[in-house]
Amino acid sequence: MEHHAVDNALRWIVLVPLIGAAVNGLLVRVMPRRLAGLIGCGTVAISFALSVKVFLRLVEMDPAHRLVEDTIATWLTFGRLQIDIGFAMDPLNAVMALVVTGVGFLIHVYSLGYMAHDAGFNRFFAYLNLFIFSMLTLVLGENLVMLFVGWEGVGLCSYLLISFWFNDEANAAAGKKAFIVNRIGDFGFLLGMFVIGTTMLPHMGAGEGLFSFSVLAEHAGLLAPIATLAGLLLFVGATGKSAQIPLYIWLPDAMAGPTPVSALIHAATMVTAGVYMIARLNYLFIQSETAMLVIAIVGGVTALYAATIALTQNDIKKVLAYSTVSQLGYMMLACGVGAFAMGIFHLMTHAFFKALLFLGSGSVIHAMSNEQDMRKMGGLRKKLPITWWTFLIGTLALAGVFPFAGFFSKDEILWNAWSQGGVGLWVLGFLGAGLTAFYMMRLVSLTFFGSNRASDEVKHHIHESPLTMTLPLVVLAVLSLAGGWVGIPHFMGGANHFGTWLEPVFAHEIVVDAVPHAEVVAHAVADDEHHGAVDHATDHGADHAAEVRMEWTLASASLVWALLGLGLGTLVYTKRTGIATAAHRFAGGIPHRILKNKYYVDELYEAAIIRPAHAVSDRFLFKTVDVGLIDGLLVSGSYTLVAIVSALVRLLQNGMIRFYAWAFASGVAAFIIYLTLSG
Amino acid sequence: MAIGLTHYLVLAGAMFLTGTIGVLVRRNSLIMFMSIEIMLCAVNIVFAASSRALGDLSGHVFVMMNFAVAAAEAAIGLAILVEIYRQRRSVNVDDLTTLME
Repeated sequence: MEHHAVDNALRWIVLVPLIGAAVNGLLVRVMPRRLAGLIGCGTVAISFALSVKVFLRLVEMDPAHRLVEDTIATWLTFGRLQIDIGFAMDPLNAVMALVVTGVGFLIHVYSLGYMAHDAGFNRFFAYLNLFIFSMLTLVLGENLVMLFVGWEGVGLCSYLLISFWFNDEANAAAGKKAFIVNRIGDFGFLLGMFVIGTTMLPHMGAGEGLFSFSVLAEHAGLLAPIATLAGLLLFVGATGKSAQIPLYIWLPDAMAGPTPVSALIHAATMVTAGVYMIARLNYLFIQSETAMLVIAIVGGVTALYAATIALTQNDIKKVLAYSTVSQLGYMMLACGVGAFAMGIFHLMTHAFFKALLFLGSGSVIHAMSNEQDMRKMGGLRKKLPITWWTFLIGTLALAGVFPFAGFFSKDEILWNAWSQGGVGLWVLGFLGAGLTAFYMMRLVSLTFFGSNRASDEVKHHIHESPLTMTLPLVVLAVLSLAGGWVGIPHFMGGANHFGTWLEPVFAHEIVVDAVPHAEVVAHAVADDEHHGAVDHATDHGADHAAEVRMEWTLASASLVWALLGLGLGTLVYTKRTGIATAAHRFAGGIPHRILKNKYYVDELYEAAIIRPAHAVSDRFLFKTVDVGLIDGLLVSGSYTLVAIVSALVRLLQNGMIRFYAWAFASGVAAFIIYLTLSG
Repeated sequence: MAIGLTHYLVLAGAMFLTGTIGVLVRRNSLIMFMSIEIMLCAVNIVFAASSRALGDLSGHVFVMMNFAVAAAEAAIGLAILVEIYRQRRSVNVDDLTTLME
């Protein structure tokens, strides 16, 4: 075993928000609001500062061995199975921890303003801190079991925060839906873990944590026979958490929660957990072409599919929700074609601009007296100047306009889809990108341009949000603008610091122990495939030049395409509104109705899964099994049996002493006779 | 003819049978009670005779213990009977069927 750097700061990164959650949660009724807010934001700020500290330590280390560990205790030991409670930070964990604590802190500050008048202020901050704790357990846990603990923890917090205003039954139902749909995914995740565990167990030595990521990476070759099965099962978990087809349906409903929650959990951090998990276990996934292909296709299709639904939604948060589903699809697509680093890059930039967009929409909703329907907005550009400018930056970043953050990450994903995945995947992503630009401009036009369509009373109340809300917007806007510059690709003359930083995590040599003493070294696919992370200086000159030309072509094409989408969106929803009306009526209005009703997927699930399940539960499980078998046969049957037997036995117990004496004497006599005869 | 173990066993058997028949056929609980005492005496005789015949003192020990038990039992049993008579004005066992319910 190599000796790694140890840093006890890691545990405090995770535990400090838990302490905040405990204090705010236990003293929820007596805590003054200001103090609760201070604790809520302060604990996350401490986590962020500690993350930066450990990150800086990583930066100074040898690039190939950047890893800091902090093992608290052995959780359980059972034969060869050992699981530790411990945290680790390598370049990938570092990116995740910084995004979670950094963006998380900004959203905490924003919540101070957004939730200022809410009765559940203290409870809200307790939940938020609990979420940050769970999310940090997820991204810093040094083994798969810790990751799973965090995975379930964020699921719980998501449920609590979606149904935060639980007095409204729709919110409670949305929380329940998110929880149940996630459980379906988690079931796959668990099965995947079991498959990995049973495969690895016979090969474990003493003191080796079975699910530890470093151990898994070291013995990745052992996973080859089960890579497809385990990969697909884990991916089921990822489709649940990261809202991919077919389990994405909970995310749009999750918008029932307060807007900071949508920004923090359902855009920037939690929903990216699936992408993180796949990137973390990249050495497992790249051993199965099937699993990678499934991930790429599901990601690509989700990216386009969700973008089409976003075109027709009227609720400002629903548009952003489908946009999130779509962007998560891009990240999955990147992972599926082996460009894990670019998936994580997009995860980071998306965290910046989507958190910005959600917080911006929250600012709009706040100003419009909790109105979320864009048809009743408009003309807010002048009245909410800070919100407007930051929102515009977020939109440009999401649409992928140079030089905003989204351009670099999305473009790298599209390039990798083209060069590693094939034209089909690229087309899915490319079409989705254009639609993204279009629906975002539709949102911006309906919200900020034109004249205000709200009632006079609402109009009267419109005001720019307080400083606690606008300040995070400005910071996130700066990050949305400049956040992509850390990953300027090589063909543009950049150094792609981001890809280089993550490279050691994804460049594995997988040792396949097919036969003992005859080790075959297989180079990981990722080593050659993710272009963005690997220096191509060694490539042959001519090929290289052709590749660079192709990259330029694709990048320019997607830029033009995005600008086209933006322009068209502005035109259709400000000047030429007739086009939109015509589009709604196109082909008898059927396409519009299908999109507007989200392809009737909820209805399909209702008819295909929920209603049959209800019917089976009601008719078979309830009326046959429970009422008939359990209540009828077992419960009533057993007391009927006791009643019959007692009635018979009661005849013997008649209270006549002489009867007893006779019975007794005859018994003794019979016994003696028996003994004598059998003698 | 010397008196041997057999004679004692026959006597004890006859007494035990008498006591058993008494318990089975009489209805007066006092008489039944006395019959049980006769059965107990029969057993004591078997103990004492066997002890003597086998040259083992433990039979005598049992007889002594049986006396003590019989005395205690008689005291408690008679007290119960007196109390039953006070309550019911009868000691006929066929009337005492309260436990049936």
